[in-house]
Amino acid sequence: MAEEETELSDEQKKGIAKWFIINAPAGEIQYVAKDLKSVLKDDDVYNEAAAVAFPIYNKSHLISLKMPGGYGDVLVTSYGELQDNEYLDPKTAQVAIVDHVKQVCKGVRPATDEELPSPYIEEYRYALEAELLKYAAEAYPKGSCSVYCTNGKDVEGPGSDFEFVVVISAARNSPHNFCNGSWRTIWNIVFRDDIQILELKGKCQVGAHYFEEGNVQLDAKRDCRDSTMFQGPDETATAVVYLIRRHENEYMASLEGSYLDLSDNTFKELRRKLPVTRTLFPWHNTMQFSLKREIRKNSESGSCAISERHKSQFP
Amino acid sequence: MEAALGLMRRMPPRHSETTLSALLSLLPGHSSDLLSQVDLPLQVLSDVDNGKKFILCEYNRDADSYRSPWSNKYHPPLEDAPYPSSKLRQLEIEANDIFTVYCEQYYEGGISSVYMWEDDNEGFVACFLVKKDGSKTGQGRRGYLEEGTWDAIHVIEVGPDEEVTRYCLTSTVMLSLTTDDVSSGTFSLSGSIRRQMNMNLPVADGHLSNMGKMIEELEGKLRNSLDQVYFGKTREMVCTLRPSNEVVQMRLPTS
Repeated sequence: MAEEETELSDEQKKGIAKWFIINAPAGEIQYVAKDLKSVLKDDDVYNEAAAVAFPIYNKSHLISLKMPGGYGDVLVTSYGELQDNEYLDPKTAQVAIVDHVKQVCKGVRPATDEELPSPYIEEYRYALEAELLKYAAEAYPKGSCSVYCTNGKDVEGPGSDFEFVVVISAARNSPHNFCNGSWRTIWNIVFRDDIQILELKGKCQVGAHYFEEGNVQLDAKRDCRDSTMFQGPDETATAVVYLIRRHENEYMASLEGSYLDLSDNTFKELRRKLPVTRTLFPWHNTMQFSLKREIRKNSESGSCAISERHKSQFP
Repeated sequence: MEAALGLMRRMPPRHSETTLSALLSLLPGHSSDLLSQVDLPLQVLSDVDNGKKFILCEYNRDADSYRSPWSNKYHPPLEDAPYPSSKLRQLEIEANDIFTVYCEQYYEGGISSVYMWEDDNEGFVACFLVKKDGSKTGQGRRGYLEEGTWDAIHVIEVGPDEEVTRYCLTSTVMLSLTTDDVSSGTFSLSGSIRRQMNMNLPVADGHLSNMGKMIEELEGKLRNSLDQVYFGKTREMVCTLRPSNEVVQMRLPTS
C-alpha cells in the first residue's frame, strides 16, 4: 500500500526525527535516538534533527547534569539559559557549558556580574533557595532544584516588582526494570511591591513509563495558585516553601487517590472485572442459545424444525 | 525493523497512530511487516442496511472496502470480494450475536464485531473485536472519565476439526483513560499489551464455546495485569520519585 509513496525529502525526514526525539518518554531519549538513527539510515539528517530537538527535550524535561570540578548538579532549563549551550547555576554562580546531544556538562565558567542578580534580589533568592533545598532533600530523594530570577534581577531595593521561578526536577531511570519516571514542578513567583503580596503559580507534571512486554505510560498534570505576604527574605522564603510543600503534598495525595479510584471505579468505565451478572459468561449455553434462537426464528416463520446446519455444526 | 518496533514500544501509546505513520513513511519497504505487527486503535463504520456499527480491521478489509458482519456487505461495495463459506458465515453470524451479549455484560455498551475466514490448512481463523468509548460523553455509565477508550483484538486460529482441536489465541488490548478535575488536575494513563494462549479442546463443546471461554479468560487476565501490574508499576515509580510517608504524616492530624 505504500508503494506509490514518493521518497521523503530530507526536510520531511528531519521533521519526523525531531518529533520522535522531542516526544521520547522521560529518561529514554538516548534509546529512542539510537533506534531512530538505525531507522533513518542517514546520519546527516539525524545529526541536524538531534541538534535542534535535544535542547528542546532537555529543557522541557528539566534534566540535571553533573558539573565538573565538584560544583554539583546544574538544571537545564529555559530560565537559566544564557546562550544555546550555556546554563546558569544560581546556587554556585557558575555557568555550565552543556553538550545537549550527549547530555553532559563539558565545563564551567564563573558567571559574570551582569549575569547575576543585584545584592537586594540575591538576598531573597538565596534565602528561598536555602529553604527549598531543605524541602527538596526531604521530599525528593533523587531531586534537584533551583531558584532563578526571571524578571527584575537588577532591582536595587524596595519599590519595584520582580519575579522568581522555582524549579524542582526528580528523575528515576531503571531500564533493567523496564521503568522510568520523572517529576517536574515549576513555580512562578511574582513579588508585587505595590500591594506587598507574592503571587504563586505552580505547575506539577509527573510521568512514568513501564514497558516490560507492553507499553504503559502515566501522564499527569496539575496547576495551582496561591499567594502570601511580601516580607523580609527569610520570612518570605519560609512562607513560600511552606506553600510549595503543602500544594505538592496535596498533589501527591490526589495522585494516590486517582490510583485508588482506578481499580474500584474508573477502570470499570472501560471494562468490568466481572459481567453485570457477576458470574462468568455462560459460554456452555451458547449451543442451546443458538439452537433456541433458531427454533424461535423458525417458529416465527411458521416452521419448528431445527436446522440441519446447526446439527452438523455442533455435533 | 527491530529498531522500528523498539520505537513503537517506547513512544507514548497515546501517539501510536502518529508513531506508526511516521515509521511507515520512513520505511516504505517494511509497510506490510509494520502493519501486521503493530495494532492501532480501531475504526468504526455504520452498516448501510441497518445502521449498526461495525469495526474495521485488516481481517474484514479487501482493497479499500470493509465487510460488515451484520449485512455481510462490503462498504463501499466491491466486486469479486472474498466471503467466508456459507457454513463459516453461519458460525460468524452466531458469534456476532453472542459476542454482542458478552459485550453488554462486560462493557455495558461498546461496539463488537467478529470476522471469520478459512485458512490454508483446513481450519479457520476468527477475529473478535471490541471497541468501547467509556468517556462521560460516550458510553461511560458513571461519568468518571473525561476521555476513555478500550480496544480489544482477539485473533484465534482454529486447527482442522478433530476430536480435540487446537486453538491459538493472540489478544491485544489498547486503552487510554483520562480524569480531569480542579483538585487533582489531569490524570492520564495509556498503554497496550499483547498476550497469547494455546489450548487443545474437545470440538464436541462447540467452537463458539471453546473460543469464547479462551477469550474471556485471556481478556480478563489482560485487564487484570494492566490494572495490577502495569498501572501498579507506574504508581510505584511515582512513589519512588516522591515517597509519600510525609503525606501520611501531614494528613494524620486532619483525618
